[in-house]
Amino acid sequence: MGEALQALLGNINPYLLQIIVNIGIGIVLALGLNVITGLTGQLSLGHAAFMSVGAFSSALLTIHTGLPFSVNLLLTGIITAGVGVVIGYPILRLTGDYLAICTLGFAEIVKVIFLNLDITNKALGLSVPPPHTTIPMPIMVWIVVILTIIVVSFIHNSRFGRALKAICGDEIAAEAMGINVARYKVQSFAIGTFLAGVGGGLYAHFISYINPSDFGFLKSIDILSMVVLGGLGSIPGSVIGATILSAAPEFLRFMASYRMLVYGGLLVFMMIFRPNGLMGGINFTEVVLRAIGRKPHMKELMKHEKPEQ
Amino acid sequence: MLFQQLINGVALGSTYALIALGYTMVYGIITLINFAHGEIFMAGAFIGLLMVSVFKLNFFVAMIIAMVFCMVLGVVIERIAYRPLRKSSRLSALISAIGVSIFLSTLAQMIFGADAKGFPENAFPVQQIHVGGADISTLQLLIIGVSASLMIALEFIVQKTKIGKAMRATSEDYNTAALMGINVNMVISFTFAIGSALAAAGGVLVGLLYNAVSFNMGLMAGLKAFAAAVLGGIGSIPGAMLGGLLLGVTEVFGVAAGYSSYRDAIAFAILVLVLLVRPTGLMGRKIQKKV
Repeated sequence: MGEALQALLGNINPYLLQIIVNIGIGIVLALGLNVITGLTGQLSLGHAAFMSVGAFSSALLTIHTGLPFSVNLLLTGIITAGVGVVIGYPILRLTGDYLAICTLGFAEIVKVIFLNLDITNKALGLSVPPPHTTIPMPIMVWIVVILTIIVVSFIHNSRFGRALKAICGDEIAAEAMGINVARYKVQSFAIGTFLAGVGGGLYAHFISYINPSDFGFLKSIDILSMVVLGGLGSIPGSVIGATILSAAPEFLRFMASYRMLVYGGLLVFMMIFRPNGLMGGINFTEVVLRAIGRKPHMKELMKHEKPEQ
Repeated sequence: MLFQQLINGVALGSTYALIALGYTMVYGIITLINFAHGEIFMAGAFIGLLMVSVFKLNFFVAMIIAMVFCMVLGVVIERIAYRPLRKSSRLSALISAIGVSIFLSTLAQMIFGADAKGFPENAFPVQQIHVGGADISTLQLLIIGVSASLMIALEFIVQKTKIGKAMRATSEDYNTAALMGINVNMVISFTFAIGSALAAAGGVLVGLLYNAVSFNMGLMAGLKAFAAAVLGGIGSIPGAMLGGLLLGVTEVFGVAAGYSSYRDAIAFAILVLVLLVRPTGLMGRKIQKKV
């Protein structure tokens, strides 16, 4: 089956394929951060650090064990979520910007630790062997993307997701309603970091060379920009944000050195003209239902109501 | 040895404090983490370098020009990128600030190139002074002296002048201050101007201290200064000074103790530890949770 899929992808321009994979990895990372920052309202500036935990553990699993890639990714996610819980448990007591700077601090610490560990080959970085699977990478990535979107949509509409939205809306009111705020925050952090780990694992095997310095503050900011640009708390928003920002550097490539200049300016103008993100305030279900010619049901709309920031 | 490291630490820490003041003042008034602040620091360093090496100006004159330039830069950034977003969610303003930061550092890279530039030899005569077994360079004394006098000037402006009173009132309560007839927009512009001027002075001093000015110097310095501001209690001016000094001294002692490869982690480890014990920083006010 693997060879047939490989042959299928052989017809697609490799450069285009690379962009498509980048978009897929971006979506997984953005959806993970969206659970923490968009849904629960806890600003994290250290998402890339969890991505690096995932990237290195996934790479080491491939090097030292013969586990199939899907098991590898699952284990990677669990390891990363474990790290996320250990870090998140003490710091999620903090609120707002104090939490933000703490996640940033932890991200820098994780980076420096990886730069000094023997097992991660210090500052030289790690070459990642090809994954133990016959499914080609682009298809693997997009299977994960679809699974992620399904799982995150379930979370959004579940009792758990509503509790997270309540915490985002007003922490004290949520607590008064009997929501165990501390526990839910750590759980949402675990889900977000799980996805960060899986995204990191995919990234490591796709790029096939990882270096702790690749997962710095700017990478975290990249992911955060995807979520905010798309609209906080919105799943289609995160997908669109990740797509635009993963593809933008490629499409701006013709401008060569002006690329990042335009990118920076774009972020500012986007925020000025659509401060709540591209999909902010737009109800995706309603749009889809209207498009297929059905009147949206009120109950459907309530389910997707976004908490105001 | 101890004294020597202490002096090194205080010199480094006072530059952190200079940058941290800008973060803390802006945060105190509009609760925005001004991520472009590190790039203003970088711009200040480049203007200072340009004035000294191309226009052959005196070092102090160059520093003052850099401060004035960055004042204007800070006010313009606020006007373009932050003011339209004042009513929208704080995260949008944060992303806008990040956009400005990317824009400025790329611009600097395009204008000045990717490699680090140094100050000319004669920019500032460096001499070593022996005091009680420690070697103190005149450069360190300059850094400590300039930082201290700028901070005293800031304290004077904030505590004794009319605009300082307006700043304190605005940071206490934005809306009430506006109702009392304070021109809040002007106060915010003024805050950005002062913060940026301090960062520019810090930039010139750091450029001279390491003899390296590069387009990406703002990132790590900005992050550490921000950590210093939070460590001291964000929004508190004495807190930023204390936080900066504390980070500088700990970092130097950490490096001296042989942890030089962990240099960048030391500052953040201290920050995380302090926040876990005192969640609002060392001198931050207790925030009463309101229902």
